[in-house]
Amino acid sequence: MDDSYYKSKDLKKFGDITEFQEKLGNKFFEYYGEVFEEGALTKREKALIALAVAHTVQCPYCIDAYTTESLENGASEEQMMEAVHVSAAIRGGSSLVHGVQMMNKVKGLSM
Amino acid sequence: MKSLQAEAHSLSDPVTQLELINSHNEKIRSLSKFEDKLKEINLFPLKPTGVEIFQMNVGYMCNMTCKHCHVDAGPDRTEIMTKETFQYCLDALKNTDINTVDLTGGAPEMNPHFRWFVGEVSKLGKHVIVRSNLTILTTNKFSDLPEFFKEHGVEVTCSLPFYSKSRTDRQRGKGTYDKSITALKRLNELGYGKEDTGLLLNLVYNPVGAFLPGDQEEIKQEFKKELSRTHGIEFNDLYTITNLPISRFLNFLLMSGNLEEYMEKLIEAFNPAAATGVMCRNTISVGWDGRLFDCDFNQMLEMEIHEDSVQHIREFDLDSLNNRQILVNQHCFGCTAGAGSSCGGATT
Repeated sequence: MDDSYYKSKDLKKFGDITEFQEKLGNKFFEYYGEVFEEGALTKREKALIALAVAHTVQCPYCIDAYTTESLENGASEEQMMEAVHVSAAIRGGSSLVHGVQMMNKVKGLSM
Repeated sequence: MKSLQAEAHSLSDPVTQLELINSHNEKIRSLSKFEDKLKEINLFPLKPTGVEIFQMNVGYMCNMTCKHCHVDAGPDRTEIMTKETFQYCLDALKNTDINTVDLTGGAPEMNPHFRWFVGEVSKLGKHVIVRSNLTILTTNKFSDLPEFFKEHGVEVTCSLPFYSKSRTDRQRGKGTYDKSITALKRLNELGYGKEDTGLLLNLVYNPVGAFLPGDQEEIKQEFKKELSRTHGIEFNDLYTITNLPISRFLNFLLMSGNLEEYMEKLIEAFNPAAATGVMCRNTISVGWDGRLFDCDFNQMLEMEIHEDSVQHIREFDLDSLNNRQILVNQHCFGCTAGAGSSCGGATT
């Protein structure tokens, strides 16, 4: 028995989530498709944002999908890694900015 | 790096290539057939819309050995079009309204009759496109070609798979990017790629790996921005071309374990509109030895034009060619995926 939680081939089955709840699933995919259409942002820019978010939420399916999507839409390796650094900076920064809360508490408790 | 042919590699055999993309394993065998996809949209048998582009492969010799090359071209290839065959092409062109002559290879410039032919075909008033690898224009023997191109109003369509050095050199060999930039700057100096000069300079983008090209216009804008920012280079148009699963790119797919997924991706992306606009419907491909093919890819797979049509350029007959049945196989999914792919880029 395969005891791995993540299987790359499962990405292709994403659409199957409608099997258990068709209406909500279809609404989601319709929305999802429209989100990634070219708008005020280009498809390449959206793919890079998605790539950064994929690293933030640490979704291996999304990382695979939006690495390919970024390549297909003409992003360079440098752009893709910079997107991951943006993700890392926000994750790191979000921990550190809570340091202010810690400092506030320390100062409130201390003489 | 040697050609697959020089290495006596099994994939230098077109029959082996066709077997691989049709029946390599159970997964590949289970995939939809191109012919059936055409039948679903009432496009089979595939027929020409009328020949408008006369594409000539003037030889497989090239100064480069790119990893994705569908021709398996390289310095060790000796197949080259003779002057006699060029003359057959001129004779054919004299008597038709076909206006565009598209010269490809290998490096077409390396054919010893290249300059003579361009001069002759220009006298006929035909529009000439040369598919240049750019690096050839930086070698001593061919460094005066940009001026020659300008003199004859030749449209230059050149390979530049990416605007960054690392990705370009990975596909086309170390040092390619710098030489390509040198050649592009020289072409720009002569007016190529500049507005209102009429000297057309187009780039060909093809993915450096097992993925499809994205939106052509968006990639063009990104190339324009980056090449202008980093090198001050200008160009007119950019064509995105999908890598077809044959020859060296097929070898890459196989060796990297991407064959099944790539074929599946091409098939999933089948676009009926792109199928309607495939280039073989308005193009005829002349091989280095004068044999006729539906396209340069079929030429590399030795899929000679349908037996009911004329077979050789010396027998050229436009009516016969315009009424032929176009031969298709699984590699054709490369031209119908997404926005479509042709020597002139996306087709939809």
